[in-house]
Amino acid sequence: MWDYSDKVKEHFFNPKNAGAVVDANATGEVGSISCGDALRLTLKVDDDSEIILEAGFQTFGCGSAIASSSVLTEIIKGMTLDEAAKVTNQDIADQLEGLPPEKMHCSVMGREALQAAIANYRGEVWKDDHEEGALICKCFAIDAVMIEEMVWANKLRTVEDVTNFTKAGGGCASCHEDIEAILEKVLAEKGEKFDPTAAPVVAPVKAAVAKAPLTNLQRIKKIEQVLESLRPALMADGGDVELVEVIGNTAYVNMTGACNGCQMAAMTIAGIQQRLMEVLGEFIKVVPATEMSKLVSIEVA
Amino acid sequence: MSDIYLDNNATTKVDHAVVDVMIPYFLEQYGNPSSIHKFADGVARGLKHARQQVQALIGCEHDSEIIFTSCGTESNSTAILSAVKAQPNKKEIITTMVEHPAILSVCDALEKDGYTIHRMPVDKAGRLNLNAYKNLLSDQVAIVSVMWANNETGTIFPVVEMAELANAAGVMFHTDAVQAVGKLPMMLQDTKIDMLSLSGHKLHSPKGIGVLYLRRGTRYRPLLRGGHQERGRRAGTENTASIVGLGKACELALEFIEYENTQVKAMRDRLERGITEQIPHCFVTGDMNNRLPNTTDIAFEYIEGESILMLLNKAGIAASSGSACTSGSLEPSHVMRAMDIPYTAAHGTIRFSFSRYNKMSEVDEVLKVMPGIVATLRKLSPYWSGDGPVANPEQAFAPTYS
Repeated sequence: MWDYSDKVKEHFFNPKNAGAVVDANATGEVGSISCGDALRLTLKVDDDSEIILEAGFQTFGCGSAIASSSVLTEIIKGMTLDEAAKVTNQDIADQLEGLPPEKMHCSVMGREALQAAIANYRGEVWKDDHEEGALICKCFAIDAVMIEEMVWANKLRTVEDVTNFTKAGGGCASCHEDIEAILEKVLAEKGEKFDPTAAPVVAPVKAAVAKAPLTNLQRIKKIEQVLESLRPALMADGGDVELVEVIGNTAYVNMTGACNGCQMAAMTIAGIQQRLMEVLGEFIKVVPATEMSKLVSIEVA
Repeated sequence: MSDIYLDNNATTKVDHAVVDVMIPYFLEQYGNPSSIHKFADGVARGLKHARQQVQALIGCEHDSEIIFTSCGTESNSTAILSAVKAQPNKKEIITTMVEHPAILSVCDALEKDGYTIHRMPVDKAGRLNLNAYKNLLSDQVAIVSVMWANNETGTIFPVVEMAELANAAGVMFHTDAVQAVGKLPMMLQDTKIDMLSLSGHKLHSPKGIGVLYLRRGTRYRPLLRGGHQERGRRAGTENTASIVGLGKACELALEFIEYENTQVKAMRDRLERGITEQIPHCFVTGDMNNRLPNTTDIAFEYIEGESILMLLNKAGIAASSGSACTSGSLEPSHVMRAMDIPYTAAHGTIRFSFSRYNKMSEVDEVLKVMPGIVATLRKLSPYWSGDGPVANPEQAFAPTYS
């Protein structure tokens, strides 16, 4: 059995807002019956204020799918549609005091149902922006589709390449065989053969032997260089990263495009941080720029 | 009400009598059976006795045909890898789509090494087509591996007949019988089965002990090499306490095999009938007329298995599900998919598996809570409305794939 938080159990055993809202004027339906998770979200939105007055869910799915749906309806009731559009799957997972990595897709489904419902209210057609595959790397929650896309986009050849680009396989290493299978498959599609001893695609940047500590200007320049080298991988996913500020050893970045609100954003930031530390040869903390406001208020106080 | 355990196909409680015979092998007779001193002098006799107890349960001709292993999985791997290694010119394997992963994963790995794997499909009731099987047999086939009984549905395969056919074609035959041993009477010496896997923890002995039956005269290559234990066929110091425990468990299983097929079956039947009569839109999967006596696998349409298990668990009842979510994979059980059970039902399958420790009163307890649990979840389901499924469920709710 999964190690669900008490909050997940609470929302599963006593779900809030179950059932369809009677006079709903927005509906979002997402999920996949073959995967065993599907959700219909119905909203009653006040036409003048665009405030969500009522929200109801109907879910076919496991304990965490039902809990994610339930907590989603609680989060968005009383919000305006613009506010609700900013709710991320991480917000849902946080409200549930965390989900097992295999179950994060339940929170993603919640966010997508919400976006689909908002699009439905506004007369737009919501389009799914990502495909989800079988979870390969349990340490860093990387799925097969993401690995395949990275292998295609960056001409990756070895497990080491995949780990460098996605982090998948960088933890307990139990997924290396699965990653090799993906490499074999994609390389076969490209008419190439998988060779476990192939040279790495991008020679890893050797850690500079820092004789003297970096000045802030040197540090910023180096950080920019590293971000520049990582940018193609992010852009292949429809995202981007922007350096906002460097204070001491903390780099504040904005994740933009598809990275914004993506469940992998936290993972990506961790990956950037690791690469920065390798190259700069010193401890660097990468933090979303949204955290800067907190920092300022502390300084003022 | 004390908790109710209906997950005996997953694993079983160790019988008290089994624990009792094991304890001296931890505390007194803990010597290595290969040693020559008084801490070991009773151990070899204990192992010999256990071998004979296993022999009696599966009805093999010689006790030397019993090889003790660490588990059913090791027995399965040993059987298949031995067959391919001993017959390097044969590059095909016949198995089924509904085998346990302990067989399928080994075959998948061999497929990568260039072997051709014939995975026989099953019909909607989980049955094999024997004519198709006959056509696959050839001198290219290294081994046929077919389970005796399916772990999810309990469906029994005609392994005795299939072994005859394989033998006639000169092909080695292995059966994964971890679910069948102790529940179905068997007399291996009257069959053409060459190898059979069994697992201790499925029949009230501890986890970590298994057996590979190897018919005398069958070509064999060990998986683990080392010392002379098990006549060099499985090296490694014997798990003496567990072997002795398994022996006792086999003796008890033989004693209770009739009880299993009468009393245990009666509990299973009553639960199955009660559920299918009280709850609309559910059905039993597998071959109703040819199943293990202790197993029922019921698909509850329009709801998901893990949710059912969580509510059952809250009510103190333990069972299993073939849903994707209980395993962390994206697909429901390969057994349900092989039987072409629709997704809306495959995700909602619950397996109840009994043992001689269950009581009829427990069946009544489950029947009391089951309708409420299903109704609660259906109220949440987008495929359900009021007292029944929505009209044309697949069209009425067709979510965007996410």
